[in-house]
Amino acid sequence: MEKEDLSEIMRQHPFLAGLSFEHMQTLIGCATNVRFADNATIIQEGQIANKFYLIRSGRIALQMDVPGKESLRIQTVGPGEILGWSWLISPYRWHFSAIAVLDTRAIALDGECLRNKCEKECSFGYEMLRRLSQVMERRLEATRLQLIDLYDLTTSGAKR
Amino acid sequence: MMRKSQALEANALDPMTTHPVMIRKIIWENDDTFTLTLDMSGFAGGFRFLPGQFNMVYVYGVGEAAVSISSDPARPGTLDHTIHRVGLVTTSLAQKKRGDMIGIRGPFGSSWSIDVARGKDICIASGGIGLAPLRPVIYSLLKKREDFGRIIVLYGGRSPLDLLYRVELEKWASDANVEVLVTVDRGDSSWKGHIGVVTSLFQYIKLDARETVAYVCGPEIMMKYTIDELDRRGVPQSQTYLSMERNMKCAVGFCGHCQFGPTFICKEGPVYPLPRVRHLLDRKEL
Ligand SMILES: Cc1cc2nc3c(=O)[nH]c(=O)nc-3n(C[C@H](O)[C@H](O)[C@H](O)COP(=O)(O)OP(=O)(O)OC[C@H]3O[C@@H](n4cnc5c(N)ncnc54)[C@H](O)[C@@H]3O)c2cc1C
Ligand code: FES
Repeated sequence: MEKEDLSEIMRQHPFLAGLSFEHMQTLIGCATNVRFADNATIIQEGQIANKFYLIRSGRIALQMDVPGKESLRIQTVGPGEILGWSWLISPYRWHFSAIAVLDTRAIALDGECLRNKCEKECSFGYEMLRRLSQVMERRLEATRLQLIDLYDLTTSGAKR
Repeated sequence: MMRKSQALEANALDPMTTHPVMIRKIIWENDDTFTLTLDMSGFAGGFRFLPGQFNMVYVYGVGEAAVSISSDPARPGTLDHTIHRVGLVTTSLAQKKRGDMIGIRGPFGSSWSIDVARGKDICIASGGIGLAPLRPVIYSLLKKREDFGRIIVLYGGRSPLDLLYRVELEKWASDANVEVLVTVDRGDSSWKGHIGVVTSLFQYIKLDARETVAYVCGPEIMMKYTIDELDRRGVPQSQTYLSMERNMKCAVGFCGHCQFGPTFICKEGPVYPLPRVRHLLDRKEL
């Protein structure tokens, strides 16, 4: 795919909304267009985290591998969302597996390439961190709600 | 909102009299939840009710529980109640068989305001058994599909097995131009849908907030976070409605069992416009 096409696709992704032209150019150097068939394993828990995905279409399930049991799917991410930030945080290993549950298209960003650019260019690094931390905050909140168990009927008023 | 007395008058029923009805069908929706279809042919012209209303369902010799009506108001010959077994009455109901008799009195309570939604988009957000009181409103909207803009149904459950009305959800999405988004907290490899709390579904629907009317029903904690999300997206509180639950005894405003702040849910509720109850939702014990 041409760089211009990639740049256009990336510009439309909500994670990159409003990113400056210079920062977009920096990012494009680390980007490739990828496609995963339904059921494809994208990330394997424990392996080195060297990618970061901007999802364009489809759906990906995050899964915890539980010894002796069927893996537990705890979250899905879809169009407009991102997958993976372990490339940024030492020791750069995935803490979960990710499986495509529908045919999925994404932009893959090379983690090491991104890390190097973040280190070299502070304003770019800050911009990436700022955006990622917003996503992390939203995911943390969603995880908290999952822990509360929103559908627990004992929290309905009828028992009072 | 039509007041309960109007629906009671439509059936010409005494609110304190329990009427015997026969169970025509029982469908188990999941391990703990079942839908009873009741034969209402004994009522002249069938049993009239409004979407969002509830009945007091009586198991002879055991007791009564408030249960929302989950069937189509346009088919008054039968009545559906979707029931989660939790205690004495609901467990006794779970043991009933086709042909058994139970008692009902009602219908009680306020209804979802459909008229205010005419020409607007509608966002129906529900969690767990909260889809049951909303099903009649979906049936009613679909009868006049062209009167409304987008109809969006967001539904969350603990696991795929806990979800209600799965076949109908798919049918609404495929046949009736309804945007149906379903999510579960945990799934296995056979589940291809969303995983995450119901509030996470909002990111996939672009709401024209000012032109949206929202109906919310589920456990209170789920409604609280859903309302926060609707707020964040700019849906006016005056266009948001929710259904509250409290233990009921008389269902006619005498006993005070269902008190919720300054209101009695059996009289003013269960369906409220959000501004009426918003300030009560954050209180710890009410
Ligand atoms: C307006 C309204 C509409 C309702 N609609 C429905 C409906 O459509 N379907 C339905 O299944 N229920 C519905 N309910 C809730 C139902 O009325 C109560 O769950 C009722 O208490 C059940 O009676 P029971 O005798 O089986 O349980 P109870 O004997 O009253 O309770 C036994 C035990 O279960 C606990 N308990 C009671 N209710 C719940 C609950 N909801 N979740 C978890 N634990 C509980 C109590 O704390 C107690 O420990 C509605 C309630 C209201 C007020
Ligand atoms: S149930 Fe008696 S006042 Fe509402």
